[in-house]
Amino acid sequence: MDSRSFFHHALTVDREKCRGCTHCMKKCPTQAIRIINGKAHVDPKRCIDCGVCMDVCPHKAIGIEQERFNQIFTYPRRVAIIPSLLIGQFEEEYSEEQIINALYDLGFTDVYYGEFGADILRVLGKSTSGYADETPVISSYCPAVIRLIQLSYPSLLPNVNLLRTPAQITALYVREKLEREGVDSEDIGIFYVSGCAAKVGQILTWKSKKNSLIQGGLNLDTLCNILLESVKKHSVNDKERRTYHPVPFITEQSFLWSLVGGESREMSHRTLAIDEIHNVTEFLELVEDDRHEEIDFLELRSCDTGCTGGILAPRNRFLATQRIRYQATKHPSSIPRELSDEILSFKDTLIREIKGERFPQHHALQLDTDPQRALVKLEKVNEIEKILPGIDCGLCGYPSCRTLSEEIAQGNASIRSCCVLKMKHPKQFSRLEKIWGDVIQKR
Amino acid sequence: MHLNYSVKARDFTSAGSVSSAIKKVLKQLNIPPADIKRIIVALYEAEVNIVAHSYGGTIECELSHDRIELTISDEGPGISDLTMAMTEGYSTATEEVREMGFGAGMGLSNIKKNSDVLAIDTAADSPTIIHMTFNLKQGG
Repeated sequence: MDSRSFFHHALTVDREKCRGCTHCMKKCPTQAIRIINGKAHVDPKRCIDCGVCMDVCPHKAIGIEQERFNQIFTYPRRVAIIPSLLIGQFEEEYSEEQIINALYDLGFTDVYYGEFGADILRVLGKSTSGYADETPVISSYCPAVIRLIQLSYPSLLPNVNLLRTPAQITALYVREKLEREGVDSEDIGIFYVSGCAAKVGQILTWKSKKNSLIQGGLNLDTLCNILLESVKKHSVNDKERRTYHPVPFITEQSFLWSLVGGESREMSHRTLAIDEIHNVTEFLELVEDDRHEEIDFLELRSCDTGCTGGILAPRNRFLATQRIRYQATKHPSSIPRELSDEILSFKDTLIREIKGERFPQHHALQLDTDPQRALVKLEKVNEIEKILPGIDCGLCGYPSCRTLSEEIAQGNASIRSCCVLKMKHPKQFSRLEKIWGDVIQKR
Repeated sequence: MHLNYSVKARDFTSAGSVSSAIKKVLKQLNIPPADIKRIIVALYEAEVNIVAHSYGGTIECELSHDRIELTISDEGPGISDLTMAMTEGYSTATEEVREMGFGAGMGLSNIKKNSDVLAIDTAADSPTIIHMTFNLKQGG
């Protein structure tokens, strides 16, 4: 797979609004951002779509790509796959039934919970951790974490669970079910609601491939706005509603799946659930060094408090978590016989498709692909770093003196970028240029 | 390229910091992940050994494109029975060290398993010098 088609990045920088203030650059956990000509640029090779930059931008210059809502009407059968997170975005006064029915009012013909896929797995008797070559098995649910592993921890790729996510399994099931009812495969459009940049990017990456399970994505914040308007309008004349749609089936425990500990609770043996990208990074270092003790399964989530902390989730993440917990208690704890029989009737197809593609390595930290040249560059990096002030002010447009050294050694930046050196020793530059002449380039 | 670090005895909270620093360097050199893993596992064991068993020491790392050499030296007290020390599960660690979660007796055997060439120079009441060589796969 070539590097261009590798990831679709959903984060975009609005050049009008960006003031090159360096907030995003300094907080980016993978040092993917540079300020060039006064504007933030995201290096697609290093970005993992975690959304931290968008969260810290004081000028609202970072946004997330969005597909048009009307795309759903290209398909006669329009399936919404929603995360329980969607319900968490609404205050108690809006009932789950109201929200679900508002989705139908918007034009969807079918609505399913993404986490219902966890119920399907339970019926199929599949242990959800069974699809990795090494332990501890790492959950593949959070796409930002998977990208982080692909970029920075490639030695842990054999630990990543290849089992499809619950939403994908739900999509497989829905498609099979509708086709059995006689609906033409091409008439079915399955849309997934994403609460974060990484999931939007993941859907757009899938979409670029043939025979994608999911035909498009809807951003959670936008959908919440549309739903809220619709709910308000319809609640008045609820009695006049011609068709009433019941809440789609999901068990209590699956409803809790996307909260921290929701996935690992399903696993046997020793499990650990870790949320927030820095915590995740810290733990991946330990796993990489074989210092993770006897952990069998790792649930890793890039966002603080798990998916409720997603950048597209408008409501306070603690309140959203609370609503999901409360709402879960209204759902049954077991799957009715008729439903499990129906799921089992699709068993062969589901099991055949249950495993996703292997995640390729996409290591981006090396100074050169050739270790010998990388070594020469590394020696240069260390020498240049000694000259730089080491205060990581970011005025050069790089997140740290170390990253500037690396870019100079690779021929991508000039030592003249350093404003501190320029002020301190204006005359020394020609001497420095003599030393580092071969690596100095004007940007 | 040559890297040099010192390791303090009994400083369990910092044990592993040299391994982490060297791991970052190895990643930048595009060394195959499997090689990085075995180097770091062996190095980490040796680093913990200095902390848990010695009076302090140094870690030297010599990098070339096809080979990594690590020299781990301490100031004593040395290993009196090296054959026993190399046995899996054999440990001379004190209760204090074991309580910290170290001292399972896997250190030296893990180092041997992961390195390509291993030389240990030691005796009772003398410094210990461990020299490990890792040959790298080509075309990482």
